[in-house]
Amino acid sequence: MTSGGRLLEVEGLRTVFRSTRGPVMAVNGISFHIDAGETLGVVGESGCGKSVTALSLMRLIPDPPGRIVGGSIRFKGQEILALGNRALRDLRGKEIAMIFQDPMTSLNPMLRVERQMTEGIQLHLGKNKAEARAHAIEMLRRVGIPAAERRIRDYPHQFSGGMRQRVVIAIALSCNPSLILADEPTTALDVTIQAQILELLRETTRASGAAVMLITHDLGVVAGMCERIIVMYAGSIMEEASRREIFYNPRHPYTIGLLKSVPRLDRPREQKLPQIEGIPPDLARVPAGCPFHTRCRFVTDLCRQVTPQLREVQPGHRVACHYDVTREEAA
Amino acid sequence: MEIAPSSVPRGAPLISVRDLRTYFTIGSGGLFGVQAVVKAVDGLSFDIYKGETLGLVGESGCGKSTTGRTILQLIRATSGQVLYDGRDLCRLGDGEMRRMRRRLQIIFQDPYASLSSRMRVETIIGDALAIHGLASGRERRAMVRNLLQTVGLDPAYAQRYPHEFSGGQRQRIGIARALAVKPEFIVCDEPISALDVSVRAQIINLLEQLQEEFGLTYLFIAHDLSVVRHICTRVAVMYLGKFMELATNPALYDDPLHPYTRSLISAVPVPDPDLEDSRRRIILMGDVPTPVNPPSGCVFHTRCPIARERCAREVPEWREFRPSHWVACHYAGEPIAQA
Repeated sequence: MTSGGRLLEVEGLRTVFRSTRGPVMAVNGISFHIDAGETLGVVGESGCGKSVTALSLMRLIPDPPGRIVGGSIRFKGQEILALGNRALRDLRGKEIAMIFQDPMTSLNPMLRVERQMTEGIQLHLGKNKAEARAHAIEMLRRVGIPAAERRIRDYPHQFSGGMRQRVVIAIALSCNPSLILADEPTTALDVTIQAQILELLRETTRASGAAVMLITHDLGVVAGMCERIIVMYAGSIMEEASRREIFYNPRHPYTIGLLKSVPRLDRPREQKLPQIEGIPPDLARVPAGCPFHTRCRFVTDLCRQVTPQLREVQPGHRVACHYDVTREEAA
Repeated sequence: MEIAPSSVPRGAPLISVRDLRTYFTIGSGGLFGVQAVVKAVDGLSFDIYKGETLGLVGESGCGKSTTGRTILQLIRATSGQVLYDGRDLCRLGDGEMRRMRRRLQIIFQDPYASLSSRMRVETIIGDALAIHGLASGRERRAMVRNLLQTVGLDPAYAQRYPHEFSGGQRQRIGIARALAVKPEFIVCDEPISALDVSVRAQIINLLEQLQEEFGLTYLFIAHDLSVVRHICTRVAVMYLGKFMELATNPALYDDPLHPYTRSLISAVPVPDPDLEDSRRRIILMGDVPTPVNPPSGCVFHTRCPIARERCAREVPEWREFRPSHWVACHYAGEPIAQA
């Protein structure tokens, strides 16, 4: 955990998609940062904007229908939103790498693993073919692929789901990026394989010093992996804090509701799960005021009219809520 | 509030499964085609008691869904028995089974795929009533509205189509359809896996409330051990077509005997940072082997942290290690050296 200076600074990022029902505010003006070497967790449900945030950082939003309409993304001091295609190509894969939920999304089924690995290594690290191949084999070994010098000749479908995700991690790490965006990297995997992959991700990124943005809907995964956590809902950041603060002192009604609503192996069984009422909003029709107000048990008129801004309630702990839950929770 | 430990099941079983096997043939078998047999369900024997929720957990491809579907005869068994109310469902003809199906229903994982997109909710739910000749006309419409209310939806939704609903609401419609025919037994096949985290608790609570209200018996199929612990009376752990362990809920989690059960439980991430930091995980090596060519002896031996030479040779016996605590392992209960 070698945390250094600011690696990434996002301010007021807004990403919109066109749809038949009008503009969809997928990311609605979010600001956050990632320090060098740290692991940041981004937690939220489907449609909360966590994946679109990652794609926006890489400038991979398909246009049309999507567009980054506002804000700034500074990576090592450089404005990503101002980069041309060539500079973007140098950035992707080399400085910032991405791991998707389904390894088949990032692997080309028609190409041998060798080709998919060496291409980037040759391009970004300026190695010749033989050197790139040796480097690729070393990376496969590092992520635990047995008989790497033979398996590098295989096609993606010849690997199991867990092994495929290892290959993707090897590719992501191969050019020694300073930031890895991991979007639900273990969601498609079985729980015993998930444990393997999380362990691998933890070890390899710690060894390489890469920062990680780990996107997931699983609160258990971030509890074990991340130093800092952002909770997103309907395109906005609801809460941001260290993992201890998020889990032991959550301040947003949504975070609190989520934590209470999941059955847990480490607690006595409860008769009835405390549930959050209602459903996540349609992003083409996000309610006025606080996006969570339609489901919040502390809702007031203020919440229906005014969107709460993130405010610091403790050093490093920010909450977007008009209400002070500590008054209620203390009771 | 903590629940008193679930008691050891009493009374006569509602369903008795005996040496159930479901094999699939894969491959074309034609010119140059090679046929192979997948033993999706390979010799299961267990009981499901009236009013209980039996959990069935395991990783993808372990045969848990096939087990549920074979019990309902949606897939026909290769051999074995499913005894229900004194009759072997595997021996019933299609017509008899259709009539029987009123009493045995299923809720599917994917609420997007399991509802016909061209039918109004009224028809989706009402058809079940029509097929079994339970109600017609105005009475049927009234029953549909009642059912919607029972599962927490606005009765006016009867006139809408599935695409107008969210995932959680669709799952409620799926539940209403299963409930329509007043079943005794429902197979819940991963009913919350596809739902948003904030909606899952709603559906879990609904299933529990309905069970109490209508005296339902559930077979709850899931891969999430935390959810199963919350909702189930007893839990069976499956691996490559076989049961590894079956016990009452507190016993399975507090004192698991099978190394596979132990590693599954230890692999579940817990939303508590301090606990996550101090926990020692049993991380299994390798992947689940292919069911086409399962390992010899104990099917788990290739990944087992305590496997010995005997495990590759001898299939462990399915035995009642303690009262109501069943396990298939030569070295059940032996400690595992953790990494």
